Amino acid sequence: MNEGWIWDRHTPLALEALGQTLYMVAATLLIGGVLGLVLGLALYVTRAGSVLPNRYVFGVLNVAVNIVRPIPFVILLVAVAPLTTLLVGKFIGTTAAIVPLAIATAFGFSRIVEQNLVTIEPGVIEAARASGAGPWRIIATLLIPEALGPLLLGFTFVFVAVIDMSAVAGIVGGGGIGDFALVYGHQRWNQEVVWIAVGVIIVLVQLVQFTGNTLARKALRR
Amino acid sequence: MPIIEFSDVTKTFTTQQGRVVALDSVDLAIEQGEIFGVIGYSGAGKSTLVRLINGLERATSGRIVVDGVDISSIPEARIRPLRARIGMIFQQFNLFRSRTVAGNVAFPLRVAGWPKAKRDARVAELLHFVGLLEKAHSYPDQLSGGQKQRVGIARALATSPRILLADESTSSLDPETTQDVLALLRKVNRELGVTIVVITHEMDVVRSIADRVAVLDAGRIVEQGTVFDVFSAPRSETARRFVSTVLHDQPTAGDLERLQEAHAGRIVTARVEDGSRVGSVLSDAGRHGVRFEIVFGGISSLQERSFGSLTIELLGPDEGVDAVVAELAAVTEVVERRGVARELEEVPA
Ligand SMILES: Nc1ncnc2c1ncn2[C@@H]1O[C@H](COP(=O)(O)OP(=O)(O)O)[C@@H](O)[C@H]1O
Ligand SMILES: [Mg+2]
Repeated sequence: MNEGWIWDRHTPLALEALGQTLYMVAATLLIGGVLGLVLGLALYVTRAGSVLPNRYVFGVLNVAVNIVRPIPFVILLVAVAPLTTLLVGKFIGTTAAIVPLAIATAFGFSRIVEQNLVTIEPGVIEAARASGAGPWRIIATLLIPEALGPLLLGFTFVFVAVIDMSAVAGIVGGGGIGDFALVYGHQRWNQEVVWIAVGVIIVLVQLVQFTGNTLARKALRR
Repeated sequence: MPIIEFSDVTKTFTTQQGRVVALDSVDLAIEQGEIFGVIGYSGAGKSTLVRLINGLERATSGRIVVDGVDISSIPEARIRPLRARIGMIFQQFNLFRSRTVAGNVAFPLRVAGWPKAKRDARVAELLHFVGLLEKAHSYPDQLSGGQKQRVGIARALATSPRILLADESTSSLDPETTQDVLALLRKVNRELGVTIVVITHEMDVVRSIADRVAVLDAGRIVEQGTVFDVFSAPRSETARRFVSTVLHDQPTAGDLERLQEAHAGRIVTARVEDGSRVGSVLSDAGRHGVRFEIVFGGISSLQERSFGSLTIELLGPDEGVDAVVAELAAVTEVVERRGVARELEEVPA
């Protein structure tokens, strides 16, 4: 019963799914990105010998990241269900899917942020200190600009990973392109729908990767 | 009153391998307006010493008074505002890559809370002073090493400090650029009256700009004084080795052995300085029936004064040679080079 791509039927469904994907990805990157950045900065600055060393804060954050990060997304999705219900009111749906997505993103991104900040020459921070700058000024005005190139590349990597994860969010009724490919393509033996969905994802990923690379190159060149 | 004063300062680091004594009972007084050199080999504690002056590192014990403030007894937060009075430049320049040249120079001014208009005017003034006004909107990666260090100097001077700390500030530059940067530092010292502390492992740097110098070895100051006094008559092995990097005037044990084999006469080394009249004594040696031969030596200059030594073979009758040596000893320092007088008797003059 391979009916192929029926324009009137599949196109509006695909567009709706694409809209859901973009919504989930955008909201996730916004929330998870900010949280990840803060968490990554916190990991970096509280490390021994850094600008605000604090072994207790560092220890707690480090262990938390090490525990959460390796959890497979499918399991995290289910594991945070009570928190999702608490925050969104329900555990099913596109908005509900954003909670586990943002958590996974924040923890994943935090390590990338931390690793990129470590590449800043210690001498540069020393020069800022010698200029009279305190730790908060260094955190607020120096760290992110100095590591901007690698940070943009790291963010691009996370962006692509979020598109990937968002496809799995269909499991909790999140919808999106992945869910569309599964329900209207795979489950109905409609290979054409699957390929078109795959094509859309590929285009989306390429677009993100290209933009990220371009921005990073601009930031690195100077 | 000295502008920087260390009294019995010790700094130890605790590492996994154990305790490292980076500075050991250091006493130091740096006067307002001078260029003070600290020379030592890698690991001697030079960077630690200079970082104690602006409080980037805290002393384990002892007292450090900088510009009238005892910085060894106040917390980091109270040292921070004082850093506007102490500029610092580095071997690797440590510029902010994400900021333009102007942005780098403006950084300490932002920290000090200067309003934008005043900041811009000051940045232009500083870039003019270091000769980089046309590079204001360039990024550090677009500059040569010498230009980067000029930006570093402009940034360090932004808040009109009274002290400039230079940690190996020319060590990653080629010799020609080194001279340019040293000339700029001299200008900073002469025109702005900034006291400069120059940390280096290069004798040439100390020789070309420092007024006084301290020789640091394994965390201890082994010698200090004017550059001329320390290096024209080094008392420590470390100072001697630094002198030998620019002036190889004293024969080594190997040189001496070779000289004694090749020359039958009595061999002495005479110190040469401006006005020491070694030449006049030697030209009169003939009166005692003594001939001479210069067999080793070197003369160089420090702080616009000559210094060095000549190793001389004296040939002639015993009494004549004794008389010439006595005349030399009357005008300068003379070192006898082993086993000569006796051999002289055996060799007909
Ligand atoms: N932060 C630190 N932790 C541990 N040891 C240090 C630290 N800084 C310096 N040292 C040690 O102190 C000694 C002096 O170092 P430093 O002042 O950098 O010497 P220099 O600048 O003369 O090469 C060295 O043995 C070095 O390993
Ligand atoms: Mg050093």
